[in-house]
Amino acid sequence: MSSRANKMPIALRIVASLFVVTWVLMAAFPFVWTFWGSFKVELDFFSIADWTNALTGPRTQETYGSTFTGAGYHGAWVEEEFMRNVINTFIVCFFVVCTSLTFGTLGGYALSRSGYQYTFWLLIAALIFRAMPPITLVAGYMLPFFEWNLWGILPTTIIVLVAINQPFTLWMLHSFFQNIPKELDESAKVDGCTQFQAFRHVIIPVMWPGVITTGLFSFLLAYNDFAVTSMLLSEGNRTMVPQIAAFLGTTYTEGNIMFAVAAVVSATAPLFVLVMVFQRQIVSGLTAGAVKG
Amino acid sequence: MKHRTFFWFFLPTGLAMLLFIAMPIVSVVTQSLFTPHEAVLVTVETCTPFSCAQETTIDQEATAALREQSPMGRFVGFDIYTDRGHLAFSEVAQAWHSSDSFGEFLKQLNNLPFYRAMGFTIVFVFVVTPLVIAMGLLIALAVNTVNARLKGIVIFFSLLPFVITPLIGALVLFWMIDSRGIIGTALQWMAGDPSLSLKASTGLMWISLMIYGVWHAAPFAFVIFYAGLQTLPMDQIEAAQIDGASRLQRLRYVIIPHLMPLVTFVALIQLMDNFRVFEPIVGFNASAHATSLSWAIFNDLGGETRQLSSAAATSVITILGVALLLSPVLVRTWRDYKGKV
Repeated sequence: MSSRANKMPIALRIVASLFVVTWVLMAAFPFVWTFWGSFKVELDFFSIADWTNALTGPRTQETYGSTFTGAGYHGAWVEEEFMRNVINTFIVCFFVVCTSLTFGTLGGYALSRSGYQYTFWLLIAALIFRAMPPITLVAGYMLPFFEWNLWGILPTTIIVLVAINQPFTLWMLHSFFQNIPKELDESAKVDGCTQFQAFRHVIIPVMWPGVITTGLFSFLLAYNDFAVTSMLLSEGNRTMVPQIAAFLGTTYTEGNIMFAVAAVVSATAPLFVLVMVFQRQIVSGLTAGAVKG
Repeated sequence: MKHRTFFWFFLPTGLAMLLFIAMPIVSVVTQSLFTPHEAVLVTVETCTPFSCAQETTIDQEATAALREQSPMGRFVGFDIYTDRGHLAFSEVAQAWHSSDSFGEFLKQLNNLPFYRAMGFTIVFVFVVTPLVIAMGLLIALAVNTVNARLKGIVIFFSLLPFVITPLIGALVLFWMIDSRGIIGTALQWMAGDPSLSLKASTGLMWISLMIYGVWHAAPFAFVIFYAGLQTLPMDQIEAAQIDGASRLQRLRYVIIPHLMPLVTFVALIQLMDNFRVFEPIVGFNASAHATSLSWAIFNDLGGETRQLSSAAATSVITILGVALLLSPVLVRTWRDYKGKV
């Protein structure tokens, strides 16, 4: 980057830096603010008198004798048994990621190695499925699931999320497998392997970077879903996100909004860790899709 | 790869998509042509020694039997599509004839739930998508100039609004713009109007929802454009500079054309994703001011009375909308493919 073309006038450099700082603040400040506020009482976090109350917490001091309180967390985790929803979320995410990666690697590998015309049409169908809002399908699930008594339980939701996830997973892994040279498995087949053996012994050992990246996005889809989980899970089986939505319905009236704030912060924490650990994979996954685009 | 091998490899994913995406589409389409049975009414005459009275009651048994016999309900063809809750042909025609100006007509149209949802969805898609692209490009260009060591940190924080659960992201912002929250208070102070509330005004609510949309999706555009900027053709930029191109001209004639395929990609993904806008409306509790097609489906499905048929009809219209939105891309992909074979 030493070329003259990249030397910037100082004014432009300052403007750009300011813009970056502003953007980082826009992106991060809401989370910091909510995290800080989740340890306050409602009258401080939503202060009519003075906005600095949310920072200093005089009411919290009055009520609990300290400017920080875990009351919101206690309310959410103990009184409302948020733990159950957390466990449900992780069950759902774990099985969705595992199943959709298994299905997706097999399918994506097949699509990348078959030269027939139907692979094109299958990919186009997947693209159309990817474009449809998942909620449009929910009306179609309801009646059969009620009839067969499948509604409300976790396995149903898991398989539905797996299916909704497939189009994206297929596209990602298809383009990933295409970058693995065909000669690798061809030579294994020449040596007498069947296609599956070639996949098992030659492709599986080298596919993990792509699979992990795809898995991250599968996880995000399952973790972040609201439309499907809120419609297909019964009250006792709710995952975190529909439970937070349910908090809103009751807490605005009962004045326990801090429960919802604490639950929101709790649900954000795993995502925070995820970005911290897998930042590089997320970025590469996003750009891989674009370069193929 | 042989057809047989392909079949076995593709079977699990194909079956999942067939059973839980393709079949539900069929199911949704059929569902939208049926409506629940009306209750079976029976009229019983009860006579007392003095008078006889006719009483109409619901025959619970017969109703249950009918519902049991055909759970889909009774066939009504396209009636659900044309009723007041959806395309509302007769209401639209009436509004057309009774209104003097086009604005007046739009105003009347806005009272019909389907057109209200459609209106917001379309405005949201076509306002947020270009803004996301512009914002993403600006961030990418700016980040490209900062110190290399800071880039990791900037990208880390930038990713947060993107990976956050949409409902949670919407709630976090909503609590801040609440009239008692920090941004809400700041706006009141700036406007000098202590009663200002975003929740009370339709226009401000729309703006807030769109700001949420840009905030949520700009990181996606930024990451992609930023990756594109790393592969800039340096020789072209230098050549442009030797020819006397200013910084702005180099941006306009070298950098942006280089990023154009990525812009198309981001636009495509954003069109699809913004069309399903839904969680912010729930999170912002904004349904009094703005509804979207997805929200309308959700609203029909939720609650005590699950209006499956109504939701199904809206779903079919939404799917058609997506298909329409996607058709240019499909045509282009098809041409590319034809060209390759």
